[in-house]
Amino acid sequence: MEGFQLGYKIFFMFIILVVTLLVAMYATYAERKVAAFMQDRRGPNRAGPFGLLQPLADGIKMFMKEEIIPSSAQKALFILGPSIAMTTALLTGVVIPWGGEFTFGGQTFSLQIADLNIGILFVFAMVSIGVYGIMLGGWASNNKYALLGSIRAASQMISYELAMGMSIIALILATGSLSLKDIVEQQHGWHWNVISQPLGFLIFLICAFAETNRSPFDLPECETELIGGFHTEYSGMKLGFYLFAEYINMFISSAVIATLYFGGYQMPFLHHLPLSPDLLTLLGTLFFFLKIFVLIFFFMWIRWTLPRFRYDQLMKLGWTRLVPLSILNIVLTGGFIYLKDLL
Amino acid sequence: MQFMFYLLALVALLSAAMVVFSRSPISSVIHLVVCFLAIAGHYILLNAQFLAVVQIIVYTGAIMVLFLFVIMLLNLNTTNEPHKSMLTKVSALIAGGLLFLVLLASFRGANDIVAAHPYDAKIGLVKSLGMVLFREYLLPFEISSVLFISAMVGAVLLGKRDTVKKS
Repeated sequence: MEGFQLGYKIFFMFIILVVTLLVAMYATYAERKVAAFMQDRRGPNRAGPFGLLQPLADGIKMFMKEEIIPSSAQKALFILGPSIAMTTALLTGVVIPWGGEFTFGGQTFSLQIADLNIGILFVFAMVSIGVYGIMLGGWASNNKYALLGSIRAASQMISYELAMGMSIIALILATGSLSLKDIVEQQHGWHWNVISQPLGFLIFLICAFAETNRSPFDLPECETELIGGFHTEYSGMKLGFYLFAEYINMFISSAVIATLYFGGYQMPFLHHLPLSPDLLTLLGTLFFFLKIFVLIFFFMWIRWTLPRFRYDQLMKLGWTRLVPLSILNIVLTGGFIYLKDLL
Repeated sequence: MQFMFYLLALVALLSAAMVVFSRSPISSVIHLVVCFLAIAGHYILLNAQFLAVVQIIVYTGAIMVLFLFVIMLLNLNTTNEPHKSMLTKVSALIAGGLLFLVLLASFRGANDIVAAHPYDAKIGLVKSLGMVLFREYLLPFEISSVLFISAMVGAVLLGKRDTVKKS
């Protein structure tokens, strides 16, 4: 029985890997289509019907391109950079509860790979290691633009991790658990955390944009100032890994936001329907992915709407606005919980 | 389990040795990061998940990134490493040897010590850790946070001094 469960976990891990890669692949296509829609263009429409084979064509192009490692670069670190970026981006999916449970042949199977009792901190640990991918890659390129880009990325990510962590502390105060599964289970019905923690959600959302290096915080790869930022010297599939890691990060952070603030796989009124538990689990997972896709669309919407921040504005927003606001949020949440216990 | 322990111990010791022996500061930092990750793995083997993750977030994710940051900004390389005199090398050797002796002496008697509390597999989980920190050791915990705040204020003051003088 033990071995059977282990086999299932490995199989499920493989499925999550494939789904993550597939979603990230089509996120690149969706990004171009959304951009085209917002700029009144058609977007990619040559490869396959509606250009649906475009990500495949891009992937093949990336693989076929010549791999160039600059002669003045540190070879080992140059290869290590994109590998770390990709690995940490994929590892975060391990703790996310993708759905409830379903029973098959007398056994229950959970649609979550590992229910760590410190799940949310694990996400943070992976995000903080992810910085190394960008920093090492940028430094190993031995190019001043790449170095500037990687230094920008590192300081930006460290600055926004602080406000992000503190917005999470308020959420943990309200839910009383670090496990992502518990946090989702508490949000049944309309008890979504976004309603009880609106300020924390706003801070977390802004920080998620900064952590994934998405516009309007995409200063590490700011084309007008730094050519390509930290991946100036990269080409072929190594560049592909960096670009792909960004889309995986976007998918995973949308999943984390949906889990923490929008009830994860919980959906109001769903449990009142006369359906079997297995079907409810399946519907829950579908709704979870629907929430994720809406959030991914929001990420793209912001990218094609807002102009990029200036670097000093970015730092000022992080340290003098978001950090004090998140401290205020913690105090407010604590005070509210104290009052609620008193009454 | 035992195999995992020996594997992690091997990785930790090898990477720690590489921190000392490698010539370039960047590779020292990377080996130190690997060493910290191996130690976090040891914490997980002891069922102390919270400690493991905090180790990764604080040491690997914050402190070592700052180390790397400074090294990148100053562009420290093997070429401009300051050459140390013979006297410094000899005195460093003696000081390090003495420290090693003290550690060895203290570990020799470690097997005779009886644990004050029986071993509890749940001791490293976040729930029991929080209970201990906020009940038995609340005052030291709060005082140490004041210490951190004063250190932060001190660092900001030191960093600001230059700009105040100029204006």
